[in-house]
Amino acid sequence: MNGVLAILEYRGGWNRMSWEALAAGQALAAQLNQPLMAAVAGANLDEAMADLAAKPLARAFAVRHPLLGEYTADGFTAAFEQLIRALDPALALFPHTYQVRDFAPCLAMRFGQTLIADAIAIGVDSGQPVFVRQLLQGKLNADYRHAGAGPCFVSIQAGAFRADALAGEPSGARCAVEEFAPRIEASQIRSQPGERFRESAQTVDLSAASLIVAVGRGIKEQANLPVVEELARALGAELAASRPICDNGWLPMEGQVGSSGQTVSPKVYIAVGISGAIQHLVGMKGSKAIIAINKDESAPIFEVADYGIVGDLFEVAPALTAAVRKVKGG
Amino acid sequence: MKIIVAVKQVPSRDSAIRLDAAGKWLEERDLTFEINEPDAYALEEALLLKQKHGGEVIVLCAGPERAGQTIRETLAKGADRAIHILCDDLVRLDTLALARRLAAAAAAENADLILTGLQSDDLGLGLTGVVMAEILGMPHAAIVMQVEILDSSVRVKRELEDGWFQWVQMPMPALLTIQSGISPLRYATLMGIKKAKTKEVRRIAPEQLSPPEPPTIALQRVYLPPRKKKTQIITGAPAEAAAKLADVLKFEMRVL
Ligand SMILES: Cc1cc2nc3c(=O)[nH]c(=O)nc-3n(C[C@H](O)[C@H](O)[C@H](O)COP(=O)(O)OP(=O)(O)OC[C@H]3O[C@@H](n4cnc5c(N)ncnc54)[C@H](O)[C@@H]3O)c2cc1C
Ligand SMILES: Nc1ncnc2c1ncn2[C@@H]1O[C@H](COP(=O)(O)O)[C@@H](O)[C@H]1O
Repeated sequence: MNGVLAILEYRGGWNRMSWEALAAGQALAAQLNQPLMAAVAGANLDEAMADLAAKPLARAFAVRHPLLGEYTADGFTAAFEQLIRALDPALALFPHTYQVRDFAPCLAMRFGQTLIADAIAIGVDSGQPVFVRQLLQGKLNADYRHAGAGPCFVSIQAGAFRADALAGEPSGARCAVEEFAPRIEASQIRSQPGERFRESAQTVDLSAASLIVAVGRGIKEQANLPVVEELARALGAELAASRPICDNGWLPMEGQVGSSGQTVSPKVYIAVGISGAIQHLVGMKGSKAIIAINKDESAPIFEVADYGIVGDLFEVAPALTAAVRKVKGG
Repeated sequence: MKIIVAVKQVPSRDSAIRLDAAGKWLEERDLTFEINEPDAYALEEALLLKQKHGGEVIVLCAGPERAGQTIRETLAKGADRAIHILCDDLVRLDTLALARRLAAAAAAENADLILTGLQSDDLGLGLTGVVMAEILGMPHAAIVMQVEILDSSVRVKRELEDGWFQWVQMPMPALLTIQSGISPLRYATLMGIKKAKTKEVRRIAPEQLSPPEPPTIALQRVYLPPRKKKTQIITGAPAEAAAKLADVLKFEMRVL
């Protein structure tokens, strides 16, 4: 077993998280003094491979097959299983995308391994990698070690590694691209994927908003929403929400910020009663300034906030509404 | 139609968190417990499918004695019966060992559909369902937002990133991992709570299901996340803090 293999995601374009996973792979490969490899599966991979050739890789693989044109768990699991058996890497690294969530656990299982899912950092202790994961939606961290005999499977959380940290080959040399043709039969693929689609035209385009007040489960009931609506009105801000608020139907789905909702980057994002789970953070971390109002001083939202008020939103939000009106009026 | 729903009991979202003396897990005495949130939605989906297509809903839970309370609640909401794999070692188990136990118990039922939550709120792995499917040799789909039954196959709406979706169809038996928010949750009725007391909960010892195997991953320690960024906490009574924040909005951020 040797080498770090990063399995990346490409579908006519790259999933950005691929480069973050590759950056994680690069750091790990350097620490372990092992070669870094990357692979991508699909039917049309010419552009993808041209991109990969410019990366600082020992080897790059085009896992190519007509049946890999559209993602299926069966197709991708079978293809990458064959690649991993052929290469026998020490580690297989993935971006923790929705697609990876769908097939990587099966793939690891084929090697008798458990995927270390959604790692946020990787350390090395006596030559052994230590993987940091979040527990309880970010309230705790945990260190995990690979204990199995086969390759170690790890997926990397969005935003945990910086894609721009990916150092290029100083010489500008290009790595050779290798073809890998997996054997896959149509009969192996049990699921039939349909077209990808978006639910409805987004009526609220939050990506253009310069001020956003976002409300989370701290609001407790739909009947309490006026507390934040008033604040948004006083500020002239758009109202957005965390997922549970939209799941409950208290606010329309278009107002949802996060990995399954909109990505926003306003001048100011005010999170009211939002804990700051990673799936929410990825949608608003790019805001110029973040303000959090939360009664729990250890809520993960304070990890990204520039300013915070630790307190009961039912007291703080109305007070802020009044203060904003006063400042604006005077 | 026979549907199994895998349900985990997890620490309540708002429980105060303290680490145990060994730094390996939480101090459980301080905790209250509840059903894992996506599992509540998986149960809801199973109950809706049963209303539509008839059949039986079986809850499958691995956990200590205290998980019995969560199991009763699922029966009160309308599940027909439950299988409780009695184990105190969840924290030390890796997903493979857990999934082997759950899969062995599920296999004996020959269900048409197995629903799990998308991930557990405490461990946040998102693995157990997908690995169960692999062990059972079933097709699966992860992060499901809608389920339609068509004769011997199932058509599901998968959630993708950034508000995208995709319909995927596969033959049954199949395993689906259910995303929160798939449909509004029901409450248990008084009648349901009464009936739950008479419903079957079969208790199984894990040794009956799968032999112990060495773990593939090991949880070494848990700790509070180190603070990287310095948030400026604005202190004072609400009105005072709010006034300071309004000044920040006006003079520093220049948005008022
Ligand atoms: C695949 C996947 C995709 C997801 N996509 C998204 C997404 O796009 N967007 C998203 O938001 N989530 C998403 N989630 C869900 C996410 O993991 C969290 O569950 C969710 O963001 C939590 O919402 P919340 O912060 O409002 O609620 P909670 O986590 O319940 O937090 C409520 C907060 O309110 C505080 N609070 C309570 N009462 C008060 C009070 N009186 N005053 C002040 N503060 C108070 C609490 O201290 C707590 O911090 C996704 C999850 C998965 C698994
Ligand atoms: N101990 C358990 N008993 C029953 N189901 C479980 C258990 N642990 C996990 N699951 C199921 O697997 C899903 C994913 O869990 P996890 O892989 O821990 O994120 C959960 O939502 C549950 O449906």
